Amino acid sequence: MTDPVYAVDPPSVRLAVPLDALIAVYHRPSGATHLLAAPSPELLDALADGPADAASLRDRLAAHYDLNGEDDAVGAIAARMEELVAAGLAWRA
Amino acid sequence: MRHSHALRIGPVGFRVGSTWRAPITALRGLYAGYPTLKAEVPDLTVRLYPERPWRRWLRPSVAIGGDFWLPDAAPLPLAQGLLAAEMGMNLQVALGWRRHLLLHCSAVERDGRVLLMSGASGSGKSTLATLLALAGWRFLGDEFAFVALDDGAIHPFPRAASLKNEAVAAVRAAGGMVGPVLAGTPKGTIGYWRPPETAISRMTDAAPPKLLLFPRFGEPERVETMAPSETFVRLTQASTNYVTLGQTGFSALTRLVQTVPALAIGYPDSAAGLALVERLWSAA
Repeated sequence: MTDPVYAVDPPSVRLAVPLDALIAVYHRPSGATHLLAAPSPELLDALADGPADAASLRDRLAAHYDLNGEDDAVGAIAARMEELVAAGLAWRA
Repeated sequence: MRHSHALRIGPVGFRVGSTWRAPITALRGLYAGYPTLKAEVPDLTVRLYPERPWRRWLRPSVAIGGDFWLPDAAPLPLAQGLLAAEMGMNLQVALGWRRHLLLHCSAVERDGRVLLMSGASGSGKSTLATLLALAGWRFLGDEFAFVALDDGAIHPFPRAASLKNEAVAAVRAAGGMVGPVLAGTPKGTIGYWRPPETAISRMTDAAPPKLLLFPRFGEPERVETMAPSETFVRLTQASTNYVTLGQTGFSALTRLVQTVPALAIGYPDSAAGLALVERLWSAA
């Protein structure tokens, strides 16, 4: 079984406002408000470059962030992506 | 409808119509001196009508209707017709107003800045706002804060304050005149406090918010700083039209929580609450 590939709407449909450790996100297509903690906002941004699976997302994040301490970064990213799918901010492509 | 009164309270023009004369007479008395609508079209309409045709005369029972409607709004006896009118006005604002972000908050102003107090029924937000008004603050409202969508200013909505149970005695003890008192309502005893003349004459003067409190009456005194994200979540729950306003409401609410400090406070009694509010206001 292949790993799921995730996709998101373009960044222009989301309005993100950092409040503190959490970021408030307004998703225009659904009209829903979300409060997200890292790394979920970063994952949404990373998917702006096109659909990707968790391993590819780790590589995209590694280009901008230090992920050395993460033993199971791919597993953590997959878990966060499934949460974003459940929230309606991403989908399996 | 046979009897009606049309008046302006802050930004809202109401027309309240009733099958019976008594609720309208009570409403005219409570809101004497408020601007009345002449040729203007009201923004919101409240209708008080018999639950069944024969209930106009037989054990009169006041159903609450209007432009916007909830299926489970229970009718009230005619003796509580004023409460029905007030509940109807609240309901229409809560369900129908779109020009401001509505927060279930009381609001008072001093030195050109607004103190907002948010909380469930029984938190003391109405009582504190009334007592602060008696102490010289300008009363903006005890039920809804109208947050401007463009600049975040708080627009007054100086309805008569609805004081419940012990709050009636607390306000009277502080020198406040509590008008019609209705006993045995679904909310207990309710007394209406008419705002001072300055609150009415300045009902179009908006002011920016300076401090947001989440009071809890009857608890040991405490003050806790609330994180903006927690405040945001609580205010989305305290708003009746946040979802309806979409992105505009999101922008107004995120601006409010980013710019206005928020504190959760507990206070054992009204005197302690007033002292605490004054102290926090001075420090804010």
